[in-house]
Amino acid sequence: MGFLDTLLGRSKPVQPNLDQLFSLPNAGLTLEAADGFKPTGRGAVCYRKVEGGAFAEVEADFEQLLEAGVGSRVEVSNDEYGYTWLTARREPDQLLDLVTDLHAVNSSLQDHGFGPYLLCTLVSFTDPQDRKLALVYLYKRGTFYPFAPKSKNVRDNVLELQAKTIIGADLPLEKDLGRWFPVWGAPGL
Amino acid sequence: MAKTRFAPDRGLTARMVFVMFLIGALAVAFVAALIAFVPVQSLPFVLVIAGALLFAQFFFSDKIATFAMGAREVAPQQAPDLHAVVDRLCAMADMPKPRVAIAQTPMLNAFATGRSPKNAVICVTTGLLDKRRSGQLTEQEFEGVLAHELSHVAHRDVLVITIASFLGILAGLIARVAFYAGLFGGGGRGRSNNQNGLPIDLIIMLGSMVVYAISFLLTMSLSRYRELAADRSGALLTGNPSALASALQKITGDMARIPDRDLRQAEPFNAFYFAPAFSKQSAMALLSSHPTTEKRIEQLARISTQLGR
Repeated sequence: MGFLDTLLGRSKPVQPNLDQLFSLPNAGLTLEAADGFKPTGRGAVCYRKVEGGAFAEVEADFEQLLEAGVGSRVEVSNDEYGYTWLTARREPDQLLDLVTDLHAVNSSLQDHGFGPYLLCTLVSFTDPQDRKLALVYLYKRGTFYPFAPKSKNVRDNVLELQAKTIIGADLPLEKDLGRWFPVWGAPGL
Repeated sequence: MAKTRFAPDRGLTARMVFVMFLIGALAVAFVAALIAFVPVQSLPFVLVIAGALLFAQFFFSDKIATFAMGAREVAPQQAPDLHAVVDRLCAMADMPKPRVAIAQTPMLNAFATGRSPKNAVICVTTGLLDKRRSGQLTEQEFEGVLAHELSHVAHRDVLVITIASFLGILAGLIARVAFYAGLFGGGGRGRSNNQNGLPIDLIIMLGSMVVYAISFLLTMSLSRYRELAADRSGALLTGNPSALASALQKITGDMARIPDRDLRQAEPFNAFYFAPAFSKQSAMALLSSHPTTEKRIEQLARISTQLGR
């Protein structure tokens, strides 16, 4: 926020950075090669529902768009914090298509001026020992971080830090560990 | 370039700039008058004291406020739900996460303080948390309150209000110094009378008191504009102006039932509160640090219309 905005008390909603999302498929390959983690074929976009008719229209539009697309199944759910998750499913080997689906939601929200209401997007991975790992993308920062839920409200920090070193070259990772915020019970995990 | 739904409120900005200009102009005039009338050697002394007071208030604002409210900081493990809400809002707003504290009081309130976004504390009362737990305050309403407080942090309102109140503190201090100087020895230094026969200390004292009163009114009106600005940014952040409006209604509606003892303890910190902790008549609106609830709800309704268009 600039000096003048601070002085006048007018913070503007932050616009999301959508460009980095397409570096996910590459990171998926690296993750699989190095640590045996495979995509589960599920990914989700998390956003705020804005009150009013304009937002409801946009939402209905992109749900329809995804349903009409090839092979993607879409589910919409609300979490206990008042955010909406749109979960898309593809075959596990179609990571690029999945990311394209998620990106369609982003850009549709952004085109209608609702970009600031995107919170995060995640794509989930799992390994033969059934450990779960999600790569979470923070729209406002344009960065990724790993999130590995072990059991209820316990994170597998070791796995997360491991993942950080593995995919560090493929993705812009969030440097501030304080912003690796957990998304417990996120759909698509 | 993506389309934006953000519509700036030029009227609010203009009023805020006007008040800031008045405060600045008054400060310049006052200091100029001081330099003209007050012996030069005593001026730096007063300025240094006023500056030190203000700096301490600013620098330790987080500690002073949390200590006075009996608030204690909570770790993510102690209050995972509260932290999760703050986490998400900070991720949406792309701002550093402030520390989170809880104050043990049945009052329904929240405040944010701290000298910079990096040093900020956001505090909610147990009363507010209970309301949320019992479902009387919905998740979105609770979030609206926190978004309002986070906007105070983003706008650096502690800094702005501290600077704005410098003039008031300075004028108050000078009035007091002039009062004691007149009592104990203004005459001994041979400057108690000017050509008109009026004691100059008396003039300084009265003048300072007038400046103090005007600057108090101006600071309060600036504070009201900052509240409206925080409402506005908070509502735009969550995309839910109506939830914030309904939270306001619930919280101010419950104000009357709160015991007096808590009110007196809490009064000095009202400037950073979500809603003032004492109810007052419309005649008091000029002296109030917060706009009336009707005014705030009216603004939120306007934002709601803009978002739905």
